[in-house]
Amino acid sequence: MEGKVKMPVSAPDVAGSGDVPRLLEFPLDLPLDEILHECRELTEDAEFPTVRKWRERGGKVLGHFQVYFPEELAHAAGMLPVKFRGAQVDREAADSRFGSYMCSILRTSLELALTGRLEPDLFVTHPICDGARNLAGIWGRNLKSPAQILYLPQNANSAFAATYLTEEYRRVLGDIEEIAGRKVTDADLRRSIGVFNENRRLLRELYAIKRQTPWMLPVHEAYALMAVGGIIPREEHNELLRSVLPRIRTRDARKQDKIRVVFDGGFCEQPPLDLLRAIAEFCYVVDDDLMIGFRWILSDVPTEGDPLGTLATAYLDDSSYSPVQHDLRKPKEKMLLERVRGAGAEAVIVSAAKMCEPGLDEQVAYSEALDEEGIPYFVTEFEERMSSFDHLQIQLETFVENLLFD
Amino acid sequence: MTALTGEQELLGRGAREGGRLFRDWFDELTRAAENREHTAYVFVMGSLCELLRTFDVHTVFPEITSLQTAVRKVSDEYLNLAEDRGFSPDVCGYVKADYALQLRKGAHPMGTIPPPSIAVLTNACNTYFKWAEIWERLYHMPTVTVDVPGTRGLHLQDPSEADLVRDKGYVLHQIEELIAHLERLTGRTFDIDRLREVLHLTNEMARDFRKVLELNRSRPAVFDAMMEGTIYLGVANALRGTPEGAEYFRDLVEEMQYKVDHSLSPLVDQKQEHRLVFVGVPCYPIFRRFYQLFSEWGGIFVSSTYMWFASGGLNYDYEYDLTRPLESLAEGLLLSVRKAGDAMLFHDQALIEAIDRYEADGVVYHPIKSCRTVSTGLADSRRMVLDQRDVLCLYIESDMMDKRVVSEAQLKNRIDAFFEGLESRRIRLGAAAPAAS
Repeated sequence: MEGKVKMPVSAPDVAGSGDVPRLLEFPLDLPLDEILHECRELTEDAEFPTVRKWRERGGKVLGHFQVYFPEELAHAAGMLPVKFRGAQVDREAADSRFGSYMCSILRTSLELALTGRLEPDLFVTHPICDGARNLAGIWGRNLKSPAQILYLPQNANSAFAATYLTEEYRRVLGDIEEIAGRKVTDADLRRSIGVFNENRRLLRELYAIKRQTPWMLPVHEAYALMAVGGIIPREEHNELLRSVLPRIRTRDARKQDKIRVVFDGGFCEQPPLDLLRAIAEFCYVVDDDLMIGFRWILSDVPTEGDPLGTLATAYLDDSSYSPVQHDLRKPKEKMLLERVRGAGAEAVIVSAAKMCEPGLDEQVAYSEALDEEGIPYFVTEFEERMSSFDHLQIQLETFVENLLFD
Repeated sequence: MTALTGEQELLGRGAREGGRLFRDWFDELTRAAENREHTAYVFVMGSLCELLRTFDVHTVFPEITSLQTAVRKVSDEYLNLAEDRGFSPDVCGYVKADYALQLRKGAHPMGTIPPPSIAVLTNACNTYFKWAEIWERLYHMPTVTVDVPGTRGLHLQDPSEADLVRDKGYVLHQIEELIAHLERLTGRTFDIDRLREVLHLTNEMARDFRKVLELNRSRPAVFDAMMEGTIYLGVANALRGTPEGAEYFRDLVEEMQYKVDHSLSPLVDQKQEHRLVFVGVPCYPIFRRFYQLFSEWGGIFVSSTYMWFASGGLNYDYEYDLTRPLESLAEGLLLSVRKAGDAMLFHDQALIEAIDRYEADGVVYHPIKSCRTVSTGLADSRRMVLDQRDVLCLYIESDMMDKRVVSEAQLKNRIDAFFEGLESRRIRLGAAAPAAS
């Protein structure tokens, strides 16, 4: 279906007309289950048809690696910010660029670019881990599109971190402007912040449903609804969420005898949807860190003042946590306990992507903290391309039964 | 005991003295542990030793203490203990060995390692953060990060002056914050003149370190950048900013110059050499044997990226400006850590230059399970080097700590085949390298 999402006249777009092209192929008045099905299909589609459509219409794409990127910068310049989160694809071209002990998301993200499935005009990676940092060099050697590292501060506790980050955002914005072919004003940025504030509000609402009535929204459906936002304009994602969230709240779904868990370990590489579906058979995932970058900033970013400064301050001072950010104010194990308590969870699935050093390291601290608090947990590893979940299901079922019949 | 002649005294002095200084350093740490003296845990890439020395704080390099457990063939004991406590076999072996060392109250084959009073780290390696978080949990002591923005991209290695000034300012601010931490910790006031003295000693050491690297361009090469290079690196890190360290490298230049003047190769029987560049971190669990697998064929590492990134930036041509010591310390830290990062992430052109400058015949890539910083891009870098230079490349994987992933037989097969290729190429080109006299 073709169409436009009506936006404020000054909203950024590729054509400058004030309308953002609709990229979703389905109408929003479809039955809820069909919309959720479409979102799942789109999330798993390694050909990224929405991004392709954007490009076909002359739009430019800023691809950024996990975990967090201030997408407002790309949005304000009329580019489509696209989250690189790997994909379930064969690694025919990328594997020869990496050694043996690397996580899958690095390889598949490069594979997507090398095979032309995702072709950003600018690719930005971050020093979230030693592998991701290396991606800029590998990208630069193999692809024509420019790649760079956004040095998000790893000394969040310095009094000068916000000043530094503001200027680092300004540097990146300069590169974005060059590629977008237009100057970005403070007003553009404030409008984009407004769009993303609404998106974050809607995602908070989505997570509130998960916490309050998790039987209305299993984890794999919630995930697909959120993840699709990484490959369509955020205005369109907002419209989608505005349409479906009220319908989810009144969905005909019955509460079942499942335990309430927090899933942790999905901050970068993403578990396959089928794995999440397998978990949903036994558990209500009432909170998680899946694609935490979407929800990194916890409340509305002010739309007054220097927009780059407010974004930088929000990143540092009003943000979630993950194993890849070092901040003395946010010891990860304490943050996890807060997440567990905040969601009223009974147990935790302490997961990590295979070969993900930060995630695997954190499992030790998480386990110790959960032991101390007497909170049951289930430790596991996953890979985005795994396709057999029988073993995991048996283990998880045993874990759940132990809790239910304890 | 027969007295050494002048030449005997000179040759091998770097290795002998390096070993002695290293043992002395461990003894000093053991005494610090006994006397509960202030100790900082620091890392080789951006140790800020100079600043810590002005406060007379001991420095422990956990990367070095960890690798020493592998060299001394006991790393498996430490790794097993850490893995018993939940650490994955797939994460950095240095971290695990150090974690086990802490559980063992600092018991190390070379002495006792004191617990940290403070940890000072940079972002040169992301694992530094995960490592420091372990100490935070164990000791509840301050950890201070100095965030050093690195090179932003392969084609962004020459930042604008404005970007450089901004990054320098950020580093300087953080160093000032670190000074405040150190003043609180030690109860002493920062002494800028003392910093000036220490920086002067580092300048001397760095100048001679670079001369040593440069002298290895000679034919035959005068030291092995992986084997002897590791000894030099140990001294360069542990004794950076000390009179002993500066003197060591002054003497090392003398030794290497003598070897250049007399065409003395470190290879047994002055074998005809295959000049190689080493990329990565050595295989410490079989360190001596790993070296022999190359040297038996006449392979000698004339240069090594390890001596770039693990030297704390000493390879980079920068001298601290003693008229503005603090600003210069910040600038030096920014540039040297950035260069260290480039040696791992964006080393393409530096490698090509090394191949040319050192007239290398081949490049050996040794990615390791433990270190994604160093290893992630090596397979790709190899493709680029093969594309740009007519050299042979060997790509072998193992680990720096974990002997479970070190297969000596497999390594030997691959290394032998590599040298057979080099030999046959030499014959084919009909241009054998000049034999060492």
